[in-house]
Amino acid sequence: MSGIHLHYDVPGDDFTRAGEASGSVKKALRQLGIPAEVIRKVAIAMYEGEINMVIHAYGGTVDVEVTGEDITMVLKDTGPGIEDIDRAMTAGYSTAPDNVRSLGFGAGMGLPNMKKYTDEMTVESEVGVGTTVTMKVYITPKA
Amino acid sequence: MPDRFHSVTLDESRCKGCINCIKRCPTEAIRVRNGKAHILSERCIDCGECIRVCPHHAKMPIYDPLSSMDNFSYKIALPAPALYGQFHNLDDIDVILNGLLKMGFDEVFEVSRAAEVISDATRKLEAEHKLIKPIISSACPAVVRLIQIRFPMLLDHLLPLNPPVEVAAALARKEAVKKTDRKPEEIGVFFLSPCAAKNSAVKQPLGLERSNIDHVLAIKDVYPPLLAGMKKAAGEDMEELGESGRIGISWASSGGEASGTLIEDCLAADGIENVIHVLENLEDEKFQGLEFVELNACNGGCVGGVLTVENPYIALARLKHLRKYLPVSACHLDRIPDEAVRDHAIKEEESVLSLSTDFAEAMQKMAQMEEIVKRLPGLDCGSCGAPSCHALAEDIVRGHASERDCVFLLRQQMSELAEKLSQFDDYIPLPLRSDDKEESE
Repeated sequence: MSGIHLHYDVPGDDFTRAGEASGSVKKALRQLGIPAEVIRKVAIAMYEGEINMVIHAYGGTVDVEVTGEDITMVLKDTGPGIEDIDRAMTAGYSTAPDNVRSLGFGAGMGLPNMKKYTDEMTVESEVGVGTTVTMKVYITPKA
Repeated sequence: MPDRFHSVTLDESRCKGCINCIKRCPTEAIRVRNGKAHILSERCIDCGECIRVCPHHAKMPIYDPLSSMDNFSYKIALPAPALYGQFHNLDDIDVILNGLLKMGFDEVFEVSRAAEVISDATRKLEAEHKLIKPIISSACPAVVRLIQIRFPMLLDHLLPLNPPVEVAAALARKEAVKKTDRKPEEIGVFFLSPCAAKNSAVKQPLGLERSNIDHVLAIKDVYPPLLAGMKKAAGEDMEELGESGRIGISWASSGGEASGTLIEDCLAADGIENVIHVLENLEDEKFQGLEFVELNACNGGCVGGVLTVENPYIALARLKHLRKYLPVSACHLDRIPDEAVRDHAIKEEESVLSLSTDFAEAMQKMAQMEEIVKRLPGLDCGSCGAPSCHALAEDIVRGHASERDCVFLLRQQMSELAEKLSQFDDYIPLPLRSDDKEESE
């Protein structure tokens, strides 16, 4: 069975539009009859990712692949890259600027939350080149 | 899926088949077919938006006629607190309550009194840490239906208590049985309702085996005879009937229930589009530390219901004036009464949004849908009878419409056809054709 592929552009520097992609993915997953718990994980993880791209990386792209077994989200940006991925994965560690924190973002929970709500996650990043985060949520739990 | 009762109906003679209602329906539950609006029953949540926007008044709320009062020898009125905001120059709620007696009711039980029971019960449950945060209010039936069909993940968050009007009905009947020695079924319990969704919730209760309300009357129907009754009552010695405080009366408008919980971190949203936004965000856990969420489908809360007479914001201003000198609350419970608790939790319904119950088929339909959307013009003009190009694409893959229903695609097909036909412009029938023409072919 071939999967469904969805593509979104996430504009940089526009908080009001972050969440558009995760919103439409949610609608599509509902129409596919995906269990609500799975949809919730995807929506939460993807929204975190979108916000990250807006805050740190001047936007980027999201590609979602839905197959019978799982949902894969690839979030790609050409932003500044992450210097120390392990540190970025630490809960509470943040490099968000003050103006972003004043909006209630930048709590240092972005990547940790994305990991928490997904079954697989890899972060590839090169300083000055960009970051690609790949997340997978299983539709049927793996034994 | 069993056909649901809906409290909105269509007057076919008035419906012009225009696109006003299909564009405004928050659940995309209306299509124009056969020149008339048609409601997809399983998607309708009885919010009343279509009734509000129809310029031809073809969409009509369903409720019981005033003559249903004749069905009972003993009648109890349950006035919604929104009723109190409908009158000019009024300083005393007792004028309304006595007016109800004058217009033929034998007894009055204020819904606001029961609302204070729910406020108190909510505080008790919250103090015992028995509720999943954020707690979502369950008093607006349109919101509960919306969560049921579109946000099932949030069902656990719904306050497990009955809406105030059901509590009022149960308590009123119980008190009347004791007082009059009548059988419960001889007593008629009438809700004077600001909205039609409450009527659906009476006919098909949510989380309750059977509603305690016998008939739902519209505030706008009750208004004229009540005005006459109020005039009569104001000229005489009145009974002191008002038994609710500020908290109960405040339930009439958005924010009233939330403030009645005395919970600090709360949110109140009103208007169905705003409610949907908040629910989307709640589902994605975008709010941190929020404890209570009050949601009302109508703008301004219950005062904005389609069965009211007065502008909701004027009604709210009047309510503020009326409740000014009332005690904070007239209800102080020792324990939560049984009448306040739902019979069972509100359960998820078979999803009406999925394209197919079979996953592979749903995937295939979605792929088809994406292809169709690319071909459609994206104008969302509504000429096909669906609210948007996306909705038409969905209808097509569900087998309820075809691509030709799009006037733009049809036009394109026709021009292609015309082009093909024009190829025959030069055609000359064989007997008339000259020799050199034949040679050239």
